[in-house]
Amino acid sequence: MLNSKIPAGSLDKKWEDYKGHCKLVNPANKRNMEVIIVGTGLAGASAAASLGELGYKVKAFCFQDSPRRAHSIAAQGGINAAKNYQNDGDSVFRLFYDTVKGGDYRAREANVHRLAEVSGNIIDQCVAQGVPFAREYGGLLSNRSFGGTQVQRTFYAAGQTGQQLLLGAYSALERQVALGNVTMYSRHEMLEVVTIDGKARGIIARDLITGKLERHFGHAVLLCTGGYGNVFYLSTNAMGSNVTAAWKATRKGAYFGNPCYTQIHPTCIPVSGDHQSKLTLMSESLRNDGRIWVPKKQNDNRKPSDIPEEERDYYLERRYPAFGNLVPRDVASRAAKERCDAGYGVGSSRQAVYLDYAAAIERYGKIEANKRNLHNASSADITKLGKEVVAEKYGNLFDMYAKITGENPYEVPMRIYPAVHYTMGGLWVDYELMTSITGLYALGEANFSDHGANRLGASALMQGLADGYFVIPYTLGNYLADDIRTKAIPTDHPAFVEAEKHVQDTINKMMSIKGTKSVDHFHKKLGKIMWDKCGMARNEKGLKEAIVEIQQLREEFWKDVRIPGDANEYNPELEKAGRVADFLELGELMCVDALNRRESCGGHFREESQTEDGEAQRDDANFAYVAAWEYKGPSQFELHKEPLEFVECKPTQRSYK
Amino acid sequence: MEHYNMNLTLKVWRQKNTDAQGHFETYPVSGISSEMSFLEMFDVLNERLINEGKEPIAFDHDCREGICGACSMHINGRAHGPWAGTTTCQLHMRAFKDGDTVTVEPWRAGSFPVVKDLTVDRGAFDRIIAAGGYVSVNTGNAQDANNILVAKDKADAAFAAAACIGCGACVAACKNSSAMLFVSAKVSQLALLPQGHPEKKTRALNMIAQMDSEGFGSCTNTGACEAECPKEISLTNIARLNREYIVAGFSYEK
Repeated sequence: MLNSKIPAGSLDKKWEDYKGHCKLVNPANKRNMEVIIVGTGLAGASAAASLGELGYKVKAFCFQDSPRRAHSIAAQGGINAAKNYQNDGDSVFRLFYDTVKGGDYRAREANVHRLAEVSGNIIDQCVAQGVPFAREYGGLLSNRSFGGTQVQRTFYAAGQTGQQLLLGAYSALERQVALGNVTMYSRHEMLEVVTIDGKARGIIARDLITGKLERHFGHAVLLCTGGYGNVFYLSTNAMGSNVTAAWKATRKGAYFGNPCYTQIHPTCIPVSGDHQSKLTLMSESLRNDGRIWVPKKQNDNRKPSDIPEEERDYYLERRYPAFGNLVPRDVASRAAKERCDAGYGVGSSRQAVYLDYAAAIERYGKIEANKRNLHNASSADITKLGKEVVAEKYGNLFDMYAKITGENPYEVPMRIYPAVHYTMGGLWVDYELMTSITGLYALGEANFSDHGANRLGASALMQGLADGYFVIPYTLGNYLADDIRTKAIPTDHPAFVEAEKHVQDTINKMMSIKGTKSVDHFHKKLGKIMWDKCGMARNEKGLKEAIVEIQQLREEFWKDVRIPGDANEYNPELEKAGRVADFLELGELMCVDALNRRESCGGHFREESQTEDGEAQRDDANFAYVAAWEYKGPSQFELHKEPLEFVECKPTQRSYK
Repeated sequence: MEHYNMNLTLKVWRQKNTDAQGHFETYPVSGISSEMSFLEMFDVLNERLINEGKEPIAFDHDCREGICGACSMHINGRAHGPWAGTTTCQLHMRAFKDGDTVTVEPWRAGSFPVVKDLTVDRGAFDRIIAAGGYVSVNTGNAQDANNILVAKDKADAAFAAAACIGCGACVAACKNSSAMLFVSAKVSQLALLPQGHPEKKTRALNMIAQMDSEGFGSCTNTGACEAECPKEISLTNIARLNREYIVAGFSYEK
């Protein structure tokens, strides 16, 4: 049964004790142990580099043309760490507490505490690698604040923190490639986990250029393959982000944890038409200075500049006077949806709200005029000065907005709407990051463990690197120490033969359908079902409908999808088809999980479970558990519960009023 | 901004694989919205090709927000198309008008062989980084982050160089197919920071040696790379690389 293997002892001693007592593999034996790592984002690249340094024989796989392109690269805002460089009261405990509370009391305390403990080491490591974090004039590191906290603990590199951290990990990875400790397989996609005697012993991967299937042995397999937000078709994920590796593991017996926990980010550029292929995030930092509003009148067609102040509804400030525009992501997203659904949305689609910088420009302009001793400055001068200040703080974001929309956000309020951004759910793992398949691990966004039902800003980068640099080097050794007598298993072993045949059969089946509709056709349809019925708000009726609709769509897919070209060549449509086939199964499980969880918590909002004023209502008596789902066959999932105990953080109702 | 629809004529490079002979094919596309991104226009075309039973056009793309560096189209003779400081995925159809003819090619460089259609192999860049584009520090060796002081202007300059997305536009834009801007961005980032100093000589020598062995051409200071770089990496980085390389060449003892 589910054993989370949380070490005994007080919360702040668990990880220390674990490190002191876990088993080790001596250097001579490490040289004979092979580790397969799938995915080269922050978690995968940092794990590959660290394990290569330790002397393991590592094989790393990514579907992109280079490991540097993994979607961690697109993270904007920053990375949290309990350094307390600002002397503003931060500590390991406070970071731990904020994360558990921010996750609406649905995360595992022991994992989160370990995350907070190693957070400081991450910053040290990245700086040592030459990651150019923002600095103060004295040469010290700079920090900024982020949502859901009262301290400044976020380290950043302009709006490109993910890029800089990933390039640091990628450089470390390439160094190990040069040293021969890591073999890199770019443009390779993992399509099956191979298990022998109940242990993960390798993978089947497809060379995306030649289409050839390859068998790779490993004493252990690490999945660092990110989240599954693209099940919604439109999301802020990269086009290639997918659930395939995690889903193949699920079908092989790994449990999937809390699949319904999805983060919808409030500030994204809205959909502009049916052609839309993806959505673009505008950093949460914009809510520091921008004011969010809609017209007080329904279906108001006036230009924003023609709507006078008294006819604007600053609904976040109205509903949440204590936090105003800086409420957490889940709250801000639901509030925007509520206004748009009620007919107050703006823009041609009416699915948008304004994010307005006019007040900030004026406020900064006045401060700047005072600084420069300009008394009686004209309002034009104040506006000009204010725009300069805003450009310095948010220039790259404003430029991006202008490129995409063709509008000038310094003059016209930006239009924004929530979009799928991150998935807190993922493969169920124990304290050692091992899934329910022995020897199969999941790191980073691919696992479920640290963010509960809602992730705080700047915590995803922290978790990916914590898992890869500082957790897996210990926990993997603890497993492999008992495996040193296992020789490399030849890949003509029947388990490899059978796994490859299974993959080949699936590809053949898909290619032979020769239907009439493109892969995107099905993906878009699935996305619409998920967004309408398993998106920002969910209810029993909708979820039950969605399950049936997804089953029908899946059937239609397997009868009518059209994949041009051949299987034995570079064929992006075939790659997409495989991923969408897996999304069509995962989507159903997400709805099953959402249906089962008859409470609202974090990003999961069940309309039946809300307070009188429309806030999320948790049900700790009945749902303080991790829902770990076991795949039992098509449309058959068995629920296993891991009860959550809160020793240090006692659950309370979150309030931002 | 006024939205409008347009009809275009696309001339797109088609090539079945690395060894096959390539050629241009002409595709009329209609009803393209000025709000679409350039790649969304390709999505529309590909959807049509699939429905007509033809093979869609292969091209690299992933994040579609200008940061992963995957997209790589040579549009009307310019790497990433007509907008300055912009990747192909961030180029929008507002840049074009009704009736335009748009020619789209893959990156053209011997060191970037065509994989299929508009997709090329940029593995050479990974191998150049593997030759020295890092600080040799194993996980766990780091001292406290604030023990290393870095002057803000140096840190800012290092960041500006580190913003390179490795897309290869610099190579595609250069008449010599030189990779100097790419190499110089990494060498500069680490030369500007104290963390990079112990290995600065070997780094410059080894990365340049790898660049040469990959077959990239020489730099003749025409500056096309800087003009076409979507992240506006500065030519001064090449000057810094030359300085690092010359100093290393004269003073490196082995």
